[in-house]
Amino acid sequence: MTERDETSTRRRAAAAGALLLLALAGPVAAQTAPAAAAAAAPSPEAQRLYLRSLAATCAHCHGTDGRAVQGEALVALAGRPREDLLTQLMAFRTGDRKATIMHQITRGYSEVQLEMLAAYFAAQK
Amino acid sequence: MQRRRVLKSLAAALPAAALGACASVDRQARPQVVVVGGGWGGSTAAKYVRMLSDRRIDVTLVEPNAAFVSCPISNLVLSGRRELADITLSYDQLVARHGVRLVRGRVAAVDVQQRQLRLDDGSTLRYDKLVLSPGVDMMWDSVQGLQAAHAQGRILHAWKAGPETVALRRQLQAMRDGGAYAIVIPEAPYRCPPGPYERASVVAAYFKREKPRSKVLILDANPDVTSKGPLFKKAWAEIYGTMVEYRAQHKAVAVDAAANTVKFEVQDDVKADVLNVLPTMRAGEIAVQTGLANANARWCHVDFLSFESTAAKHVHVVGDSIQIAQGMPKSGHMANSHAKVAAAAITAELLGLPVNAHPMLTNVCMSFVDDTHVIHVASVHEYVPTQKTFRTIGGSGGVSDVRSDLEAVYNQGWARNIWADMLS
Repeated sequence: MTERDETSTRRRAAAAGALLLLALAGPVAAQTAPAAAAAAAPSPEAQRLYLRSLAATCAHCHGTDGRAVQGEALVALAGRPREDLLTQLMAFRTGDRKATIMHQITRGYSEVQLEMLAAYFAAQK
Repeated sequence: MQRRRVLKSLAAALPAAALGACASVDRQARPQVVVVGGGWGGSTAAKYVRMLSDRRIDVTLVEPNAAFVSCPISNLVLSGRRELADITLSYDQLVARHGVRLVRGRVAAVDVQQRQLRLDDGSTLRYDKLVLSPGVDMMWDSVQGLQAAHAQGRILHAWKAGPETVALRRQLQAMRDGGAYAIVIPEAPYRCPPGPYERASVVAAYFKREKPRSKVLILDANPDVTSKGPLFKKAWAEIYGTMVEYRAQHKAVAVDAAANTVKFEVQDDVKADVLNVLPTMRAGEIAVQTGLANANARWCHVDFLSFESTAAKHVHVVGDSIQIAQGMPKSGHMANSHAKVAAAAITAELLGLPVNAHPMLTNVCMSFVDDTHVIHVASVHEYVPTQKTFRTIGGSGGVSDVRSDLEAVYNQGWARNIWADMLS
């Protein structure tokens, strides 16, 4: 991994943390960014619930927690390498990889959210 | 080892009441969620509350039917490409794998003050949070004579998959070659926007195969096709030619079952050999009866952060019964999406965690236009706090470029995976 890669990974990880804070902080804190930043970091349990909820938006087509029914064309995401997942998701999003639906779906998620999803599904055994 | 086995069998032999105070205290202490309706919304809600709470919340699912029957794919039963058994699934895994308590029954009344519901058999269930997912019920008065014709089995809607789907299939099979099938569509919103057009398409595919001189009439109360219009119209013109005829602004007001005729508000009467009339729809009866249908006395307003009813605390409504946000179809996929947001919010509230302030929803509706080609519409929705509602995310979503057999393969994968996401 080059230094530039590392920096960008770190920056994206920080952004993911900030998004999680905003998502969990609720409407009042969300109105004032400094207040959100100052608020205590969400508990691991709260973070886990948020991530599982985000990942649940993929489960309709790819199975609960990315465990698809075996043999179907819509593939399982669980346990696939994080970088592979992210590369594919981003390729759908930019249109580099042709698709019937996934380009339309991935454009509904921020890059940070796609990072979180790739990490989540990679971690599923 | 021996001793443990004896204890185990003893415990199994004891009636629940004999376990006494201990068991009942434990039961009272654990948060109780009751889900009413084991369709697309309710099954998902039951499973996801169990999952997201890591089984710390007890869930009881109340459902009158012995098995789940899928409305999506049910049009293929009409065209003879699937059997009812192919779209019928068991509730067993919800119980065995997820520890959902399944109660076969119908809810007679909900007491939102006492947080208790009474079932048909007189038994009661207490809840900390209630999820109602009762789907739609028919507003029979919207079409004069329809309820009686339906009760006699003369004019069917088959808009709730099950025995009625098979009955409509039999009517189509019994129809002579050269006859006409007419599907009559109510004003939106109704369950499954593209469903009637898919049905018309696959019935035409069946006719083309087996009764090529027959006709399909689509009589639509709406000013135009309500979903995937250009794709459907292109398919009708290119695949079926004059066999399929689409007529907009045909709002049915009455049927004459003896004369096989539908009467419309403005247009001339239409006679057909097989009449398939979809009445105007509203929220499921139990939601209406509980006083939750506060949108035109027809649909249920909810707080979109949690899908809690705006009419009653601790009662969450998901699926087709709700007053939808802009661009949000009444679909099975969407009901599953609602249920996940509701399940996460309920789990958070009952376990003392923050409720997600930015929930998201996805939707994909796929439709067959013949036996082997499918088109889709997809969307991604986010909660917008300043507007307190869901909005589709700019730049996301869309429809198929063209109908394709590849999407038919994906459609099967979608069905199998979403059924498993609800029930396995």
